[in-house]
Amino acid sequence: MTAHAEATPVGGKLWTGWYRALAVLAAIAGGLLVWRFMVGLGATTAMNDGYPFGLWIAFDVVTGTALACGGYAVALLVYVFNKGHYHPLVRPAILTSALGYTIGGLSVLIDVGRPWLIYRVPLYFWEWNLNSALLEVALCIMAYIFVLWIELSPALLERWTKSHHSRLARVASVTHDFLDRVLVWVIALGLLLPTMHQSSLGSVMILAASKLHPLWHTGLLPLLFLLGCVMMGYGVVVMESALAATAFRRPPETRMLGTLYTVAVVVICIYLIARIGDLLVNGRLGLMLRPDFYAVLFWLEIVLLLIPIIMYFTRPRMRSNLGFMFRAAFIMVGAGVLYRLDTYLVAFNPGDNWSYFPAVPEILITMGLIAAEIMAYVYIVKRFPILGGRPAVAPAG
Amino acid sequence: MGIDRRTMLKSAAVAGATALAGASPAMARERKVAPTNAVGLLYDTTRCVGCKACVTACREANEETRKGCSRTLIRQYSNGSEQSFVKTGCMHCIDPACAGACMLGALQKREFGIVTWNPDLCVGCRYCQVACPYNAPKFEWESATPRIVKCEMCKHLLAEGKHPACSDACPRGAIEFGERIDLLETAHRRIREHPERYYPRVYGEHELGGTQVLVLSHVPFEKIGLANGSDEPVPALQQTIQHGIYKGFSAPIALYALLGGVMLRHRRVNRINEQGAGPDDHEVAPGEEADE
Repeated sequence: MTAHAEATPVGGKLWTGWYRALAVLAAIAGGLLVWRFMVGLGATTAMNDGYPFGLWIAFDVVTGTALACGGYAVALLVYVFNKGHYHPLVRPAILTSALGYTIGGLSVLIDVGRPWLIYRVPLYFWEWNLNSALLEVALCIMAYIFVLWIELSPALLERWTKSHHSRLARVASVTHDFLDRVLVWVIALGLLLPTMHQSSLGSVMILAASKLHPLWHTGLLPLLFLLGCVMMGYGVVVMESALAATAFRRPPETRMLGTLYTVAVVVICIYLIARIGDLLVNGRLGLMLRPDFYAVLFWLEIVLLLIPIIMYFTRPRMRSNLGFMFRAAFIMVGAGVLYRLDTYLVAFNPGDNWSYFPAVPEILITMGLIAAEIMAYVYIVKRFPILGGRPAVAPAG
Repeated sequence: MGIDRRTMLKSAAVAGATALAGASPAMARERKVAPTNAVGLLYDTTRCVGCKACVTACREANEETRKGCSRTLIRQYSNGSEQSFVKTGCMHCIDPACAGACMLGALQKREFGIVTWNPDLCVGCRYCQVACPYNAPKFEWESATPRIVKCEMCKHLLAEGKHPACSDACPRGAIEFGERIDLLETAHRRIREHPERYYPRVYGEHELGGTQVLVLSHVPFEKIGLANGSDEPVPALQQTIQHGIYKGFSAPIALYALLGGVMLRHRRVNRINEQGAGPDDHEVAPGEEADE
């Protein structure tokens, strides 16, 4: 018997009350989506010529993909720094990433105004504008979604290799063996691609120039976005591990999570030095002290980032306390979310009294997409070997 | 167990060599110039009376049926004592932010330096709207098959040897069409001949890298809402950084090689360790399960 048990399906009933509620949200979103494609974006969203990027881009795509960076963050630790005993964290993190990025990709399809031409983005390479940061983001995310599902496939195939249907089992087995050999190169891609597009998501907003408030606009945006997504990746993994352990009655990997928290704190420190240092060098630090809305917003971001650091240093015991770490991770993730929403939306000011706040259908569609994502996560975790650790109690049902 | 030093050095050497092969000395991005046959408009606020004949003519020429929509608009600025009309719309920048943004190049500077939109290459991502400092490109939000709409200098009329509708319609000669070089000369001449009437700059000569729509004003340009501050084209910073990172794609390739090399080495080392270690005592390589 080894120190930790292999990954196994959680099992149990799928259609609980919660699951039904999520399905309702997803169904509402589905209906609204049909309507959105029939009548266009003007009737279904609050986006306008001043604010052409709205909730779907700023949250679903830009923030959502960062929230899905758990797979990236953990893979860095396990495969580059060879911390193999973190391996149990990899599968659930990759699953979240695969689902999160798929939803992000779907959100792009929903947001663009002329989606019937979207296939031309990857296909019409002779038309590629290599100056466009958004093109880099689009191509990279498309590729990364593909890579994530390949990275996840061993977990899915494992169940099918044990299938009663001999042909399915054989195909699964052969595919599984093939993947074993090429997986290093797939995982390397899975580390390269997010590095590229998460930083490019920062580059995208450099072009906004004077429309982005000087406390946010900087040539360091690619670096800040990359650091932010790594921090959010670790934060999300800590939160999810804690939640999954509680919900599915598995022992939490508290010590491993403690290390993730430590690394995240280092990342936040680098981010703060870079951001504030850059403002100092450009003589913009004074903007922090102006009595205006943007200064307050900026301070909020900084304070939210300082809290997990302060918690880390003032409570050395907390790294063995799951509750404390969950709270710190939540704040960390919140800080990351706020930064991205600010850069793409709140600190973006096109002038001329344009304003934007998401419309109800816009919000409901986003909620429904997230509901569908959670439903998929629960289904896969219950039916496929994703989560590790022996169950503390025999699962009910 | 961290990365073995030899592996690190070997991989880094390969990565470094690849990166150097593709790198070039940090160069300032070349400043773009107006095409030799660049056309443009000269708009003179001192002659404009805000009659909006240009707006009506523009709607007609572009067959615009939506209410209140036009590819050019007249706005009014007032601060009590001073007031001015301003004609807004696409400035046909020499180094346009929208063209820098557009993923497939739907928006591009084409004939005569006019920035035009190609429906076959537009997915409606609206990044051009984010980028444009003049908020010129408009999106058909109310449509299920939306287009990006903006001034295209009546290129369909130019093809027939005519002039843009707005310049023909203006009863006061506030809008003049011509080659940019000629318009610049005209503008400077007006300033020379009537220095009391004009703010002594031609907007668009240098601002944001230069535009093909030029403006003469009796008040400073920031008072009439024209983006000021820099002669740097909007795309300059973003593209310098982008190309700095991705020049020749060598950095991504180098990073990929480094990552792959490091992981392969870990796999080999882990397998060697396994042979000498107990069943509980091994690390995990890609493709293996934590527990076998």
